[in-house]
Amino acid sequence: MRLSKVIIILFSFVFISNADSLSAAGGEAYKNLKPGFSFEGPFGKFDRESLKRGYQVYSEVCASCHGMKQLSFRNLSQPGGPEFSIDRVKEIAAEYFIMDGADEYGDPVERARIPSDRFQSPFDSKDAAKAANNGAYPPDLSLITKARSDGTNYIYSLLSGYEETMPENISIDDALSYNPWFPGNAIAMAQPLYDEMVEYTDGTEATISQMSYDVANFLTWAAEPSMEERKSLGIIVMGFLIIFLILMFFSVRRLFEDVH
Amino acid sequence: MNHDHEYTPSNGFTKWLDKRLPLIRFADENMLSFPTPKNLNYFWTFGFILTLCLVTQIITGIVLAMHYTPHVLMAFDSIEHIMRDVNYGWLIRYIHANGASMFFLAVFIHMFRGLYYGSYKEPREILWILGVVIFLLMIITAFMGYVLVWGQMSFWGATVITNLVATIPVVGESILTLLLGGFSVDNPTLNRFFSLHYLLPFVIFGVVILHIWALHVTGNNNPTGISVKDSNDTISFHPYYTVKDLFAYVVFLLMFSYFIFYNPNILGHPDNYIEADPMVTPAHIVPEWYLLPFYAILRAVPDKLMGVLLMFGSIVVLFFLPWLDTMKVRSARYRPTYKIFYFTFLVCCLLLGYLGGQAPEGIYLFLSRVCTIYYFAFFLVVMPILSKYERPSPMPIGISNPAINNNLEMDDNLVPSGNN
Repeated sequence: MRLSKVIIILFSFVFISNADSLSAAGGEAYKNLKPGFSFEGPFGKFDRESLKRGYQVYSEVCASCHGMKQLSFRNLSQPGGPEFSIDRVKEIAAEYFIMDGADEYGDPVERARIPSDRFQSPFDSKDAAKAANNGAYPPDLSLITKARSDGTNYIYSLLSGYEETMPENISIDDALSYNPWFPGNAIAMAQPLYDEMVEYTDGTEATISQMSYDVANFLTWAAEPSMEERKSLGIIVMGFLIIFLILMFFSVRRLFEDVH
Repeated sequence: MNHDHEYTPSNGFTKWLDKRLPLIRFADENMLSFPTPKNLNYFWTFGFILTLCLVTQIITGIVLAMHYTPHVLMAFDSIEHIMRDVNYGWLIRYIHANGASMFFLAVFIHMFRGLYYGSYKEPREILWILGVVIFLLMIITAFMGYVLVWGQMSFWGATVITNLVATIPVVGESILTLLLGGFSVDNPTLNRFFSLHYLLPFVIFGVVILHIWALHVTGNNNPTGISVKDSNDTISFHPYYTVKDLFAYVVFLLMFSYFIFYNPNILGHPDNYIEADPMVTPAHIVPEWYLLPFYAILRAVPDKLMGVLLMFGSIVVLFFLPWLDTMKVRSARYRPTYKIFYFTFLVCCLLLGYLGGQAPEGIYLFLSRVCTIYYFAFFLVVMPILSKYERPSPMPIGISNPAINNNLEMDDNLVPSGNN
């Protein structure tokens, strides 16, 4: 069947070339580093310890400028994530406060956060965030790995890429930093990570590369907390379909045996 | 029609019902015993697949609408609410988003099949035209659905595409204002797009019923393009084609599942996970992959109005296909010259899809222009000329009779005789 082959080949060509053109849209100067993550592949699961360390890096370093407004504290204990104990999550949440409702005089009331509350954003508005950051808005990180092409590797490359020396033929504004992985190579965020900047509770050595890895892992989970559930359901669905396919294949063969 | 089998009500209730509302008789004649050519290949399974695509989109869409908020300040977050807080919300949304891509993939194959085997030719002109109407409605519906996400690509795609309306002389600006509900893409735009995105699938459903009705009047075309002569040429729809279609659908579902479960975002653009911001324009504004060929045609033309006209023209020309290609031989199997032009056309459409995703400059722009010219030349020049001068290759006498018909000119099999 010639037509079918031609169509299949050509359509796969379009799918692939389209994916390529989309990833080219970012205009990265360097190809992303690929350190390799445990969640990759159809059976991939997150490394829970790395996610916990990643949350520590986020909350101690990134959170001073970047919010994660789509996440609730309860997410930190749900299956498929860092899986902190529910008591630990209650402790983490209680470190933050929220204005919630009013008292009997109508005055606003502040209370400690509970697991069902969202993460606290560091600035009240986009404008306040810009004003505090030289006019550059530190993006919310809830979806950052999905909002960049090859997001996980991009975040890892970007965070560990500040050490690269700037080529002499490039000049950038003094308020900006050189980073070969950032589109345009001049990024408003100053180098955020330095060796031993956080003290990991599990004793892992906090190198720039280790922290970048952990935080990229954490942000990938945060962008889609249902990823493990999705992949494991996929195995069941595809398995069912393959068995169904075999039955249908023999049904069609049997049925059309007598049709000439 | 084949009357080997006729429905006979078996018990008191069905006899009573048959005299008042012959629902079971209708289902039997149209879905079970419907005589179908016995030589249909797997390209004929896409009608069934497409019907299920539409049903899937409607069901998942209704559930999504229960959780979605069509407001510029809440739309983006309500989608993340579906992804994170609604039970299996991520599954329903990924089915709906990738389902749109699968729907278009299937409709493209379905249309290219019709183009190859001459399924638009007499007596199936209305069937084909209804199909083009469905395709047009699908494009509009999909475009509006993509805007509902309210990401950067939603917003800027909507801005670029709606502004095309402004190129219409005299009334363009007024229509644009009416379409947007204001002077730019904003909350009123989102609200009316949501309303229309919910309405149009049901309109599509209605046209699909007409499409199937028209199909059941003329009967299926088949890979030889030779009309069905008698009951030796046909088999009943059930169980033969229900089972074969279901097999094809399972293959299709496997591919669909790969996207849903293992690569759910590859067919979308990463920028659409950034909330819409009217103050920040993305580096490249590109539509969804299935609209890229039309986008390439739009940008191939230096004049804005001409670009818009050609883009719409590329779909409008399809309505006239039955009268542009008047060759009596339907199937490209017996049209060696048409076959060459057909495959060139196929490559040209895919190339346009690729070019639509590239920046409109240099070699890309040049190739877009060449492909656009060929796109229209195929319909407006190649088809009429081939209809007049092409010599078809030898054809069998009938679907069941492989003997070569040496007397093409005199053969009335090629001239369809309507209901057999």
